[in-house]
Amino acid sequence: MNLKRYKEVVLKPLIDENPITLQILGICSALAVTNNLSVTLVMCVAVISVISFSNLFISIIRNYIPSSIRIIVQMTIIASLVIVVDELLKAYDYETSKKLSVFVGLIITNCIVMGRAEAFAMKEKPLLSFFDGLGNGIGYSIILIGVAVIRELFGSGTLFGYEILPLVSNGGWYMGNNLLLLPPSSFIIIGLFIWAIRSIKSAQIENDEFEIKPHSTVPDLTKREINV
Amino acid sequence: MNESINKTIGVAFCVCLICSLVVSFSAVSLRDLQNENKLNDKRIKILQAADIYNPDEEIKDQFLKLETKFVNFETGKLMDTYMDFSLEEYDPILATRDSNLSSKVPTSEDIAVIKNRENIGKIFILRNDDYSINKLILPIRGYGLWGTLYGYISIENDFNTIAGIEFYDHKETPGLGAEVDNPKWKNLWAGKEIYQNGEVSLSVIKGKVDNNDKDAQYEIDGLSGATITSRGVTNMIAYWFGESGYSKLFKELNYES
Repeated sequence: MNLKRYKEVVLKPLIDENPITLQILGICSALAVTNNLSVTLVMCVAVISVISFSNLFISIIRNYIPSSIRIIVQMTIIASLVIVVDELLKAYDYETSKKLSVFVGLIITNCIVMGRAEAFAMKEKPLLSFFDGLGNGIGYSIILIGVAVIRELFGSGTLFGYEILPLVSNGGWYMGNNLLLLPPSSFIIIGLFIWAIRSIKSAQIENDEFEIKPHSTVPDLTKREINV
Repeated sequence: MNESINKTIGVAFCVCLICSLVVSFSAVSLRDLQNENKLNDKRIKILQAADIYNPDEEIKDQFLKLETKFVNFETGKLMDTYMDFSLEEYDPILATRDSNLSSKVPTSEDIAVIKNRENIGKIFILRNDDYSINKLILPIRGYGLWGTLYGYISIENDFNTIAGIEFYDHKETPGLGAEVDNPKWKNLWAGKEIYQNGEVSLSVIKGKVDNNDKDAQYEIDGLSGATITSRGVTNMIAYWFGESGYSKLFKELNYES
């Protein structure tokens, strides 16, 4: 037991190695489920539990998985966990599961889950992998909740369904921003988050893959003597 | 060692076996709870449409206040039996997928894009103490922007005045079309009238209703930013209260009383 290592795998993915803002993974679901904070929270809990347990189980059997079928084995485990989570939601939180509809099922395709299984759980011990999943899940959740707060507050003037900014359509003074209610607005908000984080933590800024050369100019023929 | 064919097949088999056991166990053990949730969800909407829902009381008990009946869309007659179906379990939406239990709506009449309409519907009646009808709760559905909206509408015993409306399933955009779930908007419906000179006149208009307008009792405020959903709701009302919907039932009930 190396406590320092545990602390590291949980805390690093929160900001420094955040799966969404640094690795740009899993943004698809960030678009779909962030227009309502309470729905987002349920989604976050679902993703955290799927990543943690898929990491745990994959790590337990990591030494027995033949490399030729390792991806499909990981997928099978992840998909099973997602189905179980979906069934649990339908049984115990029907209202929210109705709102999340297909997006719970789509956790299977969330690149963060697969990414952590392949990059971490296949190499490390089970308990450590579990905490790595937990950290990454929470890192994902922080961004999602941030996006959801902005979208719900300025889009529909509410938080958790409670009215904060009374909308004009309900007799208040706030004109809701309809763009924020549509999925593409999450792209913009996540982009702003990435910008903000990289301005503070300049280590995250990637080197350019290529440098743009300055424009070439036409030589000034008038000043040159032309030999005919 | 890990890479041999036998080992590969063995690992794949074991993983699949364990995963399928886990999945089927969770599906089977939670099924009752899920079905009850689904049923209760619909029942709450029916009770809310009738405006008699009380969150503190057991839903099952509250639902006993309502009488369930089959309704024949061809004749408008109420029925207590229909083939071997029980009143509780018959699902009209499921019946639309069976060509023996439903009929195709001709495209010219299909304003609400229903495609198939069940031959026999299921409605709910709230009775007064003297057994006269207090309210009818009728299922309605129709296409909005992204998909079909499913809901219930309740009608006073003049079969013209609306008592309430609820949608239990739709795929409209949150904040725009999904405002059909907004209580403030739903409250606008109570007291509005459907028929004007025998024609379905109730519609969701663009913008706000001017209360001084002579047609104000046939108009509902539009949902801002959701023109197509609003139009879908209008079409839904026009279809379900028209000739192929419940208007025959109303005639039959008026005749009876």
